[in-house]
Amino acid sequence: MAYELPSLPYAEDALEPHIDARTMGIHHGKHHASYTANLNAAVGGTELEGKSIEEILGDLSAVPENIRTAVRNNGGGYANHNLFWQIMGPDGGGEPSGALADAINSAFGSFGDFQSAFSAAAATRFGSGWAWLVSDGGAVSVTSTPNQDTPLMDGKTPILGLDVWEHAYYLNYQNRRPDYIAAFFNVINWDKVAELHAAAG
Amino acid sequence: MAVENDSLSRRDILKMAAAGSMSAALAGAPFVATAQEQKTEETDNDDWRFQLPPLPYAEDALEPYIDARTMGIHHGKHHAGYTNKLNAAIEGSALVGKSIEDILANLDSVPEDIRTAVRNNGGGYANHSLFWQIMSPDGGGEPSGALADAINSAFGGFTGFQDAYSAAAASVFGSGWAWLAAEGGALSISITPNQDSPLMEGKTPILGIDVWEHAYYLHYQNRRADYIAAWFNVINWQKVGELYTAAA
Repeated sequence: MAYELPSLPYAEDALEPHIDARTMGIHHGKHHASYTANLNAAVGGTELEGKSIEEILGDLSAVPENIRTAVRNNGGGYANHNLFWQIMGPDGGGEPSGALADAINSAFGSFGDFQSAFSAAAATRFGSGWAWLVSDGGAVSVTSTPNQDTPLMDGKTPILGLDVWEHAYYLNYQNRRPDYIAAFFNVINWDKVAELHAAAG
Repeated sequence: MAVENDSLSRRDILKMAAAGSMSAALAGAPFVATAQEQKTEETDNDDWRFQLPPLPYAEDALEPYIDARTMGIHHGKHHAGYTNKLNAAIEGSALVGKSIEDILANLDSVPEDIRTAVRNNGGGYANHSLFWQIMSPDGGGEPSGALADAINSAFGGFTGFQDAYSAAAASVFGSGWAWLAAEGGALSISITPNQDSPLMEGKTPILGIDVWEHAYYLHYQNRRADYIAAWFNVINWQKVGELYTAAA
């Protein structure tokens, strides 16, 4: 069973003006589609076929060495973007509530402090990569990864991720990555992030 | 005039004054006397700073292969950012006054608290300084002379080189560069992540293509392969030949 490119859960222009429709269309229809196709090409005919992407990325050392880099890069790209579309929404923004809010306050002191830490992680990732909020036994922390690496590779569960590859923002923001990071907070789907936190906790 | 003045740093003005290149109108502005009074002290203090080199051609000179908007942002924002951050990192350190090539070739001797900043921003400074030079509106074609001989010897012909180089550039996952580097006259193709440079491995880069998405995304989006193919039309082989001769 091949991995399938998931549909965007909203229209390509739904996140305007924060993320433009052209960026969304290329990001999903070209970049995510390529990771998906390249992942399928790498695992086709191997013992990995049929495994969940989370299981594969959680144990990369078990992937045959001749396809490990391809699986790491394209499997990471496949999983990361699957999450990315879900944790954004046209009705997003604001602040989390409930258990997730408690976990964030406990870890960072306040939502504002979390936002500062997450934004700094996203801004300081040099080159291509992601900033993350991860859950590890219910406790949350901020981290970042290069390229398409994922916290799953470190045994942690990503519940919020921000793509800071230039392809995620260059058409609209060019070199102004901090503006893109600030705008992203207006489209975060906190209900979905809370679901992921509850499922991971 | 006032608006234009605002866009010039005092250092820019001092340099213009020193070079005698200020316009009559600007030279007549009241602040100039103050600037000239401070000229000696200011220029002495700032001489160590790495300067953003001007583009050696107009921003639209490489059209249609590389668009003017990309060139303008790439040089005026990205390269300028690396330059400023490099200067901020080394200010007050033992690195002041060293060449960027010397610094990058000896990263182990860079103080640990600024090593990552110097690696990233110093690499970005040096890589882009080379990048503008090895492109030209009169570029393309094939090399000649000793460089052509070395390429033929290493890759079996120019086409063999072009195929290998293009494949290397396409294979960079994430941000980085593909290089043609000289080491004792011998040539090799390599790739580096982010702003790392062959200088960090003791090799001299004589040709480099930037495959960070910022180098091509406005015009080519996800089609990196098209950018790589187009780029061969703007390679300044004469300059690459000079760099090869100097490195040998």
